[in-house]
Amino acid sequence: MIEAVGLTKRYGKTVAVDDLSFTVQAGRVTGFLGPNGAGKSTTMRMILGLDAPTAGNVRIDGKRYRELSNPLRVVGALLDAKWMHPNRTARAHLRWLAKSNRIPVSRVDEVLETVGLTNVANRRAGGFSLGMSQRLGIAAALLGDPRVLLFDEPVNGLDPEGILWIRRFMHRLAEEGRTVFVSSHLLSEMALTAQDLVVIGRGKLIAQCTTEEFVARAAENTVTVRSPQLAQLRAALGQQGATVRDEAESLVVSGMDIADIGELAAAKGVVLHELSPQRGSLEEAFMQLTGDAVEYHAADSDDEAALRNVAAAAADLQPAGK
Amino acid sequence: MTLLAVERIKLFTTRSPLWCTLAALAITVGFAALIAGVDTENAPTVASTQFGYSFGLVVIMVMATLAVTTEYRFGTIRATFQAIPNRTAALLAKTTVVASFAAAIGLLSAFGSVAIAKLIQPSADLAINTAFEWRATAGVGLVYATAAVLAVAVGILIRQSSGAVAIVLIYSQLVESLVVLIPNVGADIQKWMPFYVANKFLTGDPDPTSRAVAEGPPPSAATLSPWWALAYFVGFAVVLLVISLVTANKRDA
Repeated sequence: MIEAVGLTKRYGKTVAVDDLSFTVQAGRVTGFLGPNGAGKSTTMRMILGLDAPTAGNVRIDGKRYRELSNPLRVVGALLDAKWMHPNRTARAHLRWLAKSNRIPVSRVDEVLETVGLTNVANRRAGGFSLGMSQRLGIAAALLGDPRVLLFDEPVNGLDPEGILWIRRFMHRLAEEGRTVFVSSHLLSEMALTAQDLVVIGRGKLIAQCTTEEFVARAAENTVTVRSPQLAQLRAALGQQGATVRDEAESLVVSGMDIADIGELAAAKGVVLHELSPQRGSLEEAFMQLTGDAVEYHAADSDDEAALRNVAAAAADLQPAGK
Repeated sequence: MTLLAVERIKLFTTRSPLWCTLAALAITVGFAALIAGVDTENAPTVASTQFGYSFGLVVIMVMATLAVTTEYRFGTIRATFQAIPNRTAALLAKTTVVASFAAAIGLLSAFGSVAIAKLIQPSADLAINTAFEWRATAGVGLVYATAAVLAVAVGILIRQSSGAVAIVLIYSQLVESLVVLIPNVGADIQKWMPFYVANKFLTGDPDPTSRAVAEGPPPSAATLSPWWALAYFVGFAVVLLVISLVTANKRDA
């Protein structure tokens, strides 16, 4: 289990992580979600004791990282696949890591086998593709058979096969009872990988809940209605307090249950050609919640206007998210 | 011991130690061969065979600096601190391994230089039997090791290869010899500069061969006795190392 309390990191005037508190449970894959620059990597570095928090603390199974003896046996982490010497072979890279935490050398070949790098074990890591480096990084994380695993953007730059492999792999690790904490800026990816979510924007906690809850809470649910008597239906819906938006041949209704709309239409004798629920996409949900928390806005004016709109929506949703 | 083994694996699983050893030996032993071969009028002395030691020193310091800065460059320092959260212990282990390696190269090049001179001019008296001759040869190992500690400390402080190497080289090769150009006080300042003082350990009195200045590294005018000169040089390196360790513990990796 990972427990962060009031975690804060300041670089001069910039606040990278702002009073962040969350817990990550064992036996589940927990996604760490936020736009680029939200403070995910900084948080992960603080969990690993690489960066010192300005305030607050983070504990792993009740201990600070620096208090762990042989930390690789407790926490495995892949923060950056390129953190290896290009002239060192894959095996040599794992060999010194194993030695440092008194892990038997036989483990090196085991983890190489697990990630499928046995054939290239004696090749220099500098010649590895991103996917191979990523696998080597995962092998390093698994070396000490740790009960807590951290992965920072592990699917970045991977091909679909690699992404699928990592996703399955993380599920397996969680099923074995381990704590798996994986960051990403892609909600669609997290929706498939993570059971729980910790969502941050600009260093602040936006939501901590299950992935299902997050999506349900965030996605705007609307109903599309088509009818030859649109005007009559629109008036009736308006009276009931529903929000109605005109589309070309249909109405988009929000704030009213789909069953109630059907019953209202029947009561008013309005013929319906279509009555269908529209679930908001995951990306929309994510944008709504983190819209005002994006560090670097696109300069395009249309985009800016769109972001302002979702920012307003996010402001409404935020109290519910906390 | 575990940490020493870790750093040993790290050092010897890259190619830089091999190239560094070859370069250092080629320069020092090469100079000894050159002097013994070209200057046929004067028989080589133990001191004159060590003429190239300061050039080997440059190679050693570059190797030692890079041993640290490449860790920062490639991010392996973070992997190291992740595996060994006690940064002082991790960095001390690295310093020890790099310094021992430097000492080994120093001994190899010093005795190698004497050996090649003897090979070229078999008649020369190159037996190492006075205290001076032992310092001039075996002492190279001690000076290389200390210089490596110094370079590691600079590497930890600067973290960037180009910057750290530039500082180490410009200081040891230029600043210490140019400081003498300062009017009035220049020569007095130079007498207390670490590399100049270290030179005293290797070339200092009494030199029984009363050789000409051109034969061998120029003698140092530092006022300390040879062994105090070494202590001064070591002290300087240790202070720098302590500063670098304190800094590394405070800084974000």
